[in-house]
Amino acid sequence: MALDLHSLDAMLTLRINGKSHKVDAPPDMPLLWVLRDVLGMNGTKFGCGVALCGACTVHLDGIPRRSCVMPVSAAVGHAITTIEAIGATPIGKKVQQAWLDVEVVQCGYCQSGQIMAAAALLAKIPAPSDADIDQALSGNICRCGTYPRIREAIKRAAQTRTAERGS
Amino acid sequence: MSGLSRRELLLASAASTGGLLLGWFQAGPRVAAAAAKGASTEFAPNAFIRIGKDGRVTLIMCQVEMGQGTYTSMSMLMAEELEVGLDQVKLEHAPPDDKLYANPLFGDQETGASTSVRVFFDPLRRAGATARTMLVAAAAQTWKVDPASCQANRAVVTHTPTGRKLTYGALAEKAAKLPVPTQVALKAPKDFKLIGTPAKRLDTPAKVNGTAQYGIDVRLPGMKIATVAASPVVGGKVAAVDDSKARAIKGVRQIVRLDDAVAVVADHMWAAKEGLAALSIRWEDGPNGRVSTADVVRGLAAAAQSPGVVVRNEGDAPAAVAGAPKKVESVYEVPFLAHAAMEPINCTVHVRPDRCEVWTGSQVLSRAQGGAANVTGLPLDKVVVHNHYLGGGFGRRLEFDYVTQAVRIAKQVEGPVKVIWTREEDIRHDVYRPYYYDRMAAGLNAGGQPIAWTHRIVGPAILARFLPPAFRGGIDIDGVDGAEQLLYAIPAIRVEYVRHEEPVLNTGFWRGVGVTHNNFVIESFVDELAAAAKQDPVAYRRALLSKSPRATAVLDIAAQAAGWGRPPPDGRSRGVSVLYSSWGSYLAEVAEVSVSKVGEVRVHRVVLAVDCGTEVNPDTLKAQAEGGIIFGISGALWGEVTLENGRVQQSNFHDVRVLRINETPAIEVHLVRNLEAPGGMGEPPTAVTAAALANAVFAATGKRIRKLPLERQLRSG
Repeated sequence: MALDLHSLDAMLTLRINGKSHKVDAPPDMPLLWVLRDVLGMNGTKFGCGVALCGACTVHLDGIPRRSCVMPVSAAVGHAITTIEAIGATPIGKKVQQAWLDVEVVQCGYCQSGQIMAAAALLAKIPAPSDADIDQALSGNICRCGTYPRIREAIKRAAQTRTAERGS
Repeated sequence: MSGLSRRELLLASAASTGGLLLGWFQAGPRVAAAAAKGASTEFAPNAFIRIGKDGRVTLIMCQVEMGQGTYTSMSMLMAEELEVGLDQVKLEHAPPDDKLYANPLFGDQETGASTSVRVFFDPLRRAGATARTMLVAAAAQTWKVDPASCQANRAVVTHTPTGRKLTYGALAEKAAKLPVPTQVALKAPKDFKLIGTPAKRLDTPAKVNGTAQYGIDVRLPGMKIATVAASPVVGGKVAAVDDSKARAIKGVRQIVRLDDAVAVVADHMWAAKEGLAALSIRWEDGPNGRVSTADVVRGLAAAAQSPGVVVRNEGDAPAAVAGAPKKVESVYEVPFLAHAAMEPINCTVHVRPDRCEVWTGSQVLSRAQGGAANVTGLPLDKVVVHNHYLGGGFGRRLEFDYVTQAVRIAKQVEGPVKVIWTREEDIRHDVYRPYYYDRMAAGLNAGGQPIAWTHRIVGPAILARFLPPAFRGGIDIDGVDGAEQLLYAIPAIRVEYVRHEEPVLNTGFWRGVGVTHNNFVIESFVDELAAAAKQDPVAYRRALLSKSPRATAVLDIAAQAAGWGRPPPDGRSRGVSVLYSSWGSYLAEVAEVSVSKVGEVRVHRVVLAVDCGTEVNPDTLKAQAEGGIIFGISGALWGEVTLENGRVQQSNFHDVRVLRINETPAIEVHLVRNLEAPGGMGEPPTAVTAAALANAVFAATGKRIRKLPLERQLRSG
């Protein structure tokens, strides 16, 4: 007789962008698919499914994580932030503005992940060096080749922050 | 030889007539009255512009947005003549309709081959000017004044002598009742306000906050998610499926079996993926089940022994090569390549008995519609295709195999189903850039100058499948693009094309198309000739470009900006490449690389000079240059798809290596400003890059790389 897999599920409570969500999902289901297919939050993108491209990057307690390989059960009890809400943080807002000012985006598909990685970097290192940017963003692939502008936008966002702090 | 290819001549005729191009096609983008819609409060003088009574200006995007900035450049063309600001327009994806939105170069609705600005430069300006002329006429009638005394600006018509004003919204109803003028005056370039200025892209705000809708983001009530495994071998079939384990997985709703694929339909992608992994499928491989890359190369090499169809012939090049004081001969090879666009292939379909709806991102909307109609047996007008932003195209979404597959699956599913390919499926079932095999020979005189050049291109004819009417006289004009237009002043030139099909993989267009392959071959071989002549690669090319001032100019700009002639920084070497093709743009690139002892290539700096004629959005041109170069570096250093037992061996970004931010060189782009006809810009920067890198590797190591990818060759000794 087949194992009743239904019985293994439980309602999980996730805290996403400051709001509580109860979801019915297998505990090993990656957070990416919970966000996209269960909750309908489509800003976080599927790119590779194995943490090689960074398109699915979200923050867990401010730390960038690849949601395509993170079991949803591991996200319970942590503050999850996605691209939909990163603009509500001062750093995220500056990153988005820098992205627009520098005209980073081409197809845009990877940019949710790029912006989440950049925002996490700037939260940790307010004035990142080129090496810091390489380190933090090398896991995020962009096939359109927006890397030079991503670098420039991160530096611009860092400068805006520094300027504001100085004033 | 005028230097113009037949494609350019045809393009020139398209530009002058606004329609007819390749003879078999009659529609072209035309200014069609929309009176039939009966929306009297809406002014829609053609298929590209709608102005509501509320003043809302909607521009309909006939070309799709896949990152290349076309929604902004197409809007700029219309807004320039319509006299509205880019901040005043709303954009709408065009529906599939070849009668209204065909790309005149192809005869149907296609976004590709770096054509959008080239072919729509005049038609979309005319669409804007037509609307503006009618709005001004409506205002002039209202005021009973001469239209010439009125001016339009930012969606307002002003009667200049009296200062009276009417908004486009207020004029819409009246303008809609006026006859559509057949002739309108277009602005002189000196009067352009938008064209040639760096405009902010219109698609970006939604792309930085997660709200942009790609095909993969479609959500419909009752929608299921499916993922699919197609036969790992082209031509293979499903022999047997054991789905008992898959059915036991929670969320799995249905297993759909096609003759060449199996799909798992589920509540969400995770269950679909788990279900797919739990399937046991036995494949009947068919005739390609034992094929490897080496078999393909053997076939091409054998075909290369016979002469091909002559594409260009001046003098008696073979005899001149044979009799030359010095002879250089080489064989070049380029591998199959996958596109690996960031948005994995996907398509959402809802098939009902009397209707089919498709949601996807496609470079060929009307073909997608036709494919869905064929599969369902429904007439075209019962098939609705909703286009979305494309998470990268690069030629992959010029194919609609994934649309027909999704419709075949959806026919067996109740309600809407979104079919998403895993990345592994995306890499292994791509429509690949073909493997090409080129034989080169040149004869040099005593001074080292080339007196004869022969180039034999061997590969499949993509156009024979993709656009059969364009495949004429046995020549694939894409396959020979760039080779046919060789700019170098050589007294005897023969370019031949040998069509050789190896139907073991599906092949199609990849960013830079035929030129990506030809430019690598040509510019590497010219470098070989310079080395044989013991001359500087830039000076050698320059001497051969005396009749091409635009090519000479970009070469000089790139060489000077790159510091050519001065020693590069320690451990680095430089290589150069020049490009001209049917795109009509001139490019010169200098790459600066270092090569480690174990054959790793590091690209430090790339300088690109471009003359692409009239610029619409200069910042987008720069972005296309940067991105195109990066795409070209990935392909040249690492790109290859290989076959073993008929199966593609690569599957994800661990073995489809692409450039990352920490590997990205400094890129400088120099744009030459002029008012020549607009040239293509989405693809040329990719196409010019491989040879610049290979030539820099030669300068660094003395090793001539005649087969891509570069690093594999360097490591193979």
